Amino acid sequence: MAGPMGTDIPRWANVVVLPIVNLIAAFLVSGLVVLIIGENPLEVVQILIWGAFGFEEAIGYTLFYATNFIFTGLAVSIAFHCMLFNIGGEGQAYIGGLGITLVGLHFGFLPPIVLIPLCVIGAALFGAAWAFIPAYLQAKRGSHIVITTIMFNFIASSVMVYLLVNVLIQPGSMQPESREFGEAAIPFVHEALAWLGVEFAESPWNLSFLWALVCCVLVWGYVWHTRWGYEMRTVGTSPTAAAYAGISETKSIIVTMCISGALAGFLGLNEIMGYHHRLLLHFSGGYGFVGIAVALMGRSHPVGVCLAAILFGALYQGGAELSFEIPTITRELVIVIQGLVIIFAGALEFMFKPQVEAVFRWFMPRRSAAAPAE
Amino acid sequence: MAPAIKLVGIDKSFGAVHANKDINLNVSAGSVHGIIGENGAGKSTLMSILYGFYKADAGDIFVNGEKLNIHASQDAIDAGIGMVHQHFMLVDTFSVLENIILGAEGGALLRKGVDKAREELNRLEREYELEVDIDALIGDLPVGLQQRVEILKALYRGAQILVLDEPTGVLTPQEADHLFRILNALKDQGKTIILITHKLREIMAITDAVSVMRQGEMVAHRETAKTSTEELAELMVGRKVLLRVEKGEASPAHAVLEVENLTATDKSGVVRVKGVSFNVRAGEIVGIAGVSGNGQSDLLAALSGITKVTGGKILINGKPFVGGPPQGAADVRHMGLAHVPEDRQRMGLVIPFEAWECSILGYHNEDECCRGPVIDRPKVIQESLRKMEAFDVRPQDPNLVTGNFSGGNQQKIVLAREIDRDPDILLVGQPTRGVDIGAIEFIHKRLIEMRDAGKAVLLVSVELDEIMSLSDRILVMFDGHIVGEIPASEANERILGLMMAGINPDDDEEAA
Amino acid sequence: MEDFTLFVLVLDATLRVSTPLILAALAGLVSERSGVIDIGLEGKMLGAAFAAAAVAAITGSAWIALAAGIGVSVLLALIHGFACITHAGNHIVSGMAINIFVSGLTIVLGAKWFSQGGSTPQLPHEGRFMPLEWPGAEAVADVPVIGPLYSELLSGHNLIVYVAFLAVPFIYWMLFKTRFGLRLRAVGENPQAVDTAGISVFFLRYRAVIICGILCGIAGTYLSTAMGASFVRDMTAGKGYIALAAMIFGKWKPLPTMLACLLFGFLEAVAIRVQGAELPIVGQIPVQFIEALPYVLTVVLLAGFIGKAIPPKADGVPYIKEH
Repeated sequence: MAGPMGTDIPRWANVVVLPIVNLIAAFLVSGLVVLIIGENPLEVVQILIWGAFGFEEAIGYTLFYATNFIFTGLAVSIAFHCMLFNIGGEGQAYIGGLGITLVGLHFGFLPPIVLIPLCVIGAALFGAAWAFIPAYLQAKRGSHIVITTIMFNFIASSVMVYLLVNVLIQPGSMQPESREFGEAAIPFVHEALAWLGVEFAESPWNLSFLWALVCCVLVWGYVWHTRWGYEMRTVGTSPTAAAYAGISETKSIIVTMCISGALAGFLGLNEIMGYHHRLLLHFSGGYGFVGIAVALMGRSHPVGVCLAAILFGALYQGGAELSFEIPTITRELVIVIQGLVIIFAGALEFMFKPQVEAVFRWFMPRRSAAAPAE
Repeated sequence: MAPAIKLVGIDKSFGAVHANKDINLNVSAGSVHGIIGENGAGKSTLMSILYGFYKADAGDIFVNGEKLNIHASQDAIDAGIGMVHQHFMLVDTFSVLENIILGAEGGALLRKGVDKAREELNRLEREYELEVDIDALIGDLPVGLQQRVEILKALYRGAQILVLDEPTGVLTPQEADHLFRILNALKDQGKTIILITHKLREIMAITDAVSVMRQGEMVAHRETAKTSTEELAELMVGRKVLLRVEKGEASPAHAVLEVENLTATDKSGVVRVKGVSFNVRAGEIVGIAGVSGNGQSDLLAALSGITKVTGGKILINGKPFVGGPPQGAADVRHMGLAHVPEDRQRMGLVIPFEAWECSILGYHNEDECCRGPVIDRPKVIQESLRKMEAFDVRPQDPNLVTGNFSGGNQQKIVLAREIDRDPDILLVGQPTRGVDIGAIEFIHKRLIEMRDAGKAVLLVSVELDEIMSLSDRILVMFDGHIVGEIPASEANERILGLMMAGINPDDDEEAA
Repeated sequence: MEDFTLFVLVLDATLRVSTPLILAALAGLVSERSGVIDIGLEGKMLGAAFAAAAVAAITGSAWIALAAGIGVSVLLALIHGFACITHAGNHIVSGMAINIFVSGLTIVLGAKWFSQGGSTPQLPHEGRFMPLEWPGAEAVADVPVIGPLYSELLSGHNLIVYVAFLAVPFIYWMLFKTRFGLRLRAVGENPQAVDTAGISVFFLRYRAVIICGILCGIAGTYLSTAMGASFVRDMTAGKGYIALAAMIFGKWKPLPTMLACLLFGFLEAVAIRVQGAELPIVGQIPVQFIEALPYVLTVVLLAGFIGKAIPPKADGVPYIKEH
């Protein structure tokens, strides 16, 4: 998404420098919050970094969280390319988890090599299905996708509570969660490394991480190198040009949202198949919303999304460590930071653009005026 | 007496674009003053500065001899300046009355102001032939009436100086005549009127004095009585205009595009094309003239498959074609029809895309662009470069973002893409709108080359000059109908003008 | 008779749960009528609820609590305005960010200040808006039909409930009968028309956003100091989104919006009542079904199956003017 103002500075500056400046602003304000609580921001930063990267287990946790954010961040990003704002990642992830659970519970007798891909397909199908309805309504009936996806988050939540309390609950249990389906487990990274003879501390970090990276490559290829991605970007940038070119807007919206929903649905691979091995109430835990921050930070580009996801993973893990070290700070500080990042990197995306441009002009000789656009 | 408006040394840039360069202007009180210039000459910018919409980088504004600091529209309104914008500044969901009092409500509560406004409006309407139902919703009114509301709005605020920006662009000639009568009545009441236009006819018809702008500069001031159309045209473009393009006789062959009793609707389902029949033969250029908004755009949309045909028949190379989303616009390309759309910024190109990406728009599914689902990027870029060379696009950089090309070069990118496919039929809408003179000549030459190569060309343009100099046959559209057809050799502005107003020139002759 | 009493009790509960919805929905309505989409109603209410409860816990005054609630909510509204109006930012992103920011901040600050895991202490009576008995309510309570209607339904609510219902005609009057309202509606439809009429688009929108903040502030204060007696983490629990849904359901008009809020409030009141109860014919209705109903209804409405919901034309479109 190009800025409302002309591009006076090199493109890389727009893509790299501005997000970093925005991030710094968000961190500075977060530091202010820490000061208000009466703690030392520098100490907090130190603990955050150590807590996120300081030891093997920490790295494992950081990347475990990052995996969630890659999935949901990609989901929001790909929708952005079609100018769709998918706020429904949370609900799609939740329902995607249902897909995994149903496959896991009913086909548990299959060998993992068959079962796991089936679960992946289940997650994708259910996540996509939950995104399909808002997409269809947007494309065919013109209902605003932001509102419908918000509504679908709440509907998903109600549906899942109902199913967990009444249908999927283990008979005799008081906990609203499904029984374990260990067969469909994705191996932990420390297990996988152990097969290779490498020792690594135990953590929930699992091989879904690799699938997340594969998804990044797939999304990158899809958006910029296939004709479907070309059509999607055309619809997203100029619906009138799309109509002129004979590109179906309806199809692009629906396909894009289904891909987006499927990506969000993959959250369950990491959380359910990779870690809990059963369906839990609220397992999606707000990761769908973080996806928005990740997509904005990452400028809707898979590489950016990966970096932003690792940043947020580090914040989550470091935040947990932090509340352990400094009891007066709860781990919700991370949510505050996350909110601030969305404000600065998203809503106030271009606030510092004039300043950044001024700095650039200071260093660069002014180029002769290029052929002006009309 | 001090001039009503005096501008001294007005200067304004938008980024790298120098829109107004050191402009001086005197408008005498009680006169109709025309400002003429091509699209993009800087007329609208200048008036927006006068109206406080933009702030000038330098220069002074004097109103009735007094220097004014105009920071916002309110300052201009206070100084008695009213403006009728090219795109009306009206709220569709409000009534006429609500629109008129907006910003001049006469008190914190609406009721009292509304009663007073009714009275005042009745008076204004009677005085100036400005009848309009003041309780109607704006969205329900035709554009001609909406424009009257804009004028009423300005008068209601006590405007003594009225600026009209391209007021006739959306009007039929009769509506335009009515407008001119209103303007004359206003002038008789002592109001000053500034008329911005690119149409010479209007300048000659109504103004007392005229100023000419070219590429951001004020190049001349003339008394209308002492100048001529030819002189003004020359001043506008900066050199002798070639009103006639060099071309030989056409040798049309068989019909490749046949349209029978075609009807088509716009997006909101309103019938815009009401049963038209015509054909275009290989080796000829058929021009469609008409005031914009009389169904030409919708005709193009139907022929190019963007909208669905709702009645009648289209035959392309003898094969029937229906079109409509989602596949229509893609199918029609395979049938040998190419389309250079009227609005290149919104349709023909995707402005934030790189030039090479735009060079396959509409053809991105073709085998030569792709290997399976993957776009063959190196090949497409190479092809794009070749087309850029062939059409002299500058700068010759396929990786440059399309929005960074000038209007003329953008149009060449579209033209290159569409002509390069060697189509049998080429639809062209407003090919030279917002395009510099050099590119206009280039584009016109290419279109004639197409014709001479035995292709059928259908040209839609609101510029009569363009229609007359390029076409072999001219069709005139009015209110969704084709109201007349004449060979280009017999066409002149008067005949076409009457036909565009829905009047049969023969009847008119008899009446006269 | 017993059914009637039960019915009155449900209606009584409806009024109580509808109150924050009405205030927040009106807040959203004023904002969106001016062209600023606000999905941050939730966050503003939550911030106000926390500020009010925190201040009430410290000062013991409900009125100072209300002022604090409104103050915080207006501040958040101004941040939203700064992003959306001044910097032409994406309205949805901004609203979302505020919701997330506030949901974290209330807990972080609450945990630090009150050490109760993000909640505030129970508030004393003076720190709350207590029910107001109408004259003679006690006396007529036993009169059949009229008695319960008067003493249960009309009397016995706290001040904010009445304020919410009075806000509906007031907002209507403001939007449709005053100069400010005319301009506000115009700026949501065609900001350029307003600009060329010599009126500042930014200032108008900022004022709309501030009104939105005030109303959300009252709604949030209600949650923690009138309906409840303390702040509990995430206590808005989606009410801001329900209010948003009600506003759409009411097609951006004050009276229909209030009716939508009452409908959604009624559903909530019923949901509490029927939890686990066996109903005639339909049997047991899952409470989640009733909870989800407002969202389902809104989706159905948006899909154009119940009339057409057309937002203000310039809703969510930043106004950018070159200088």
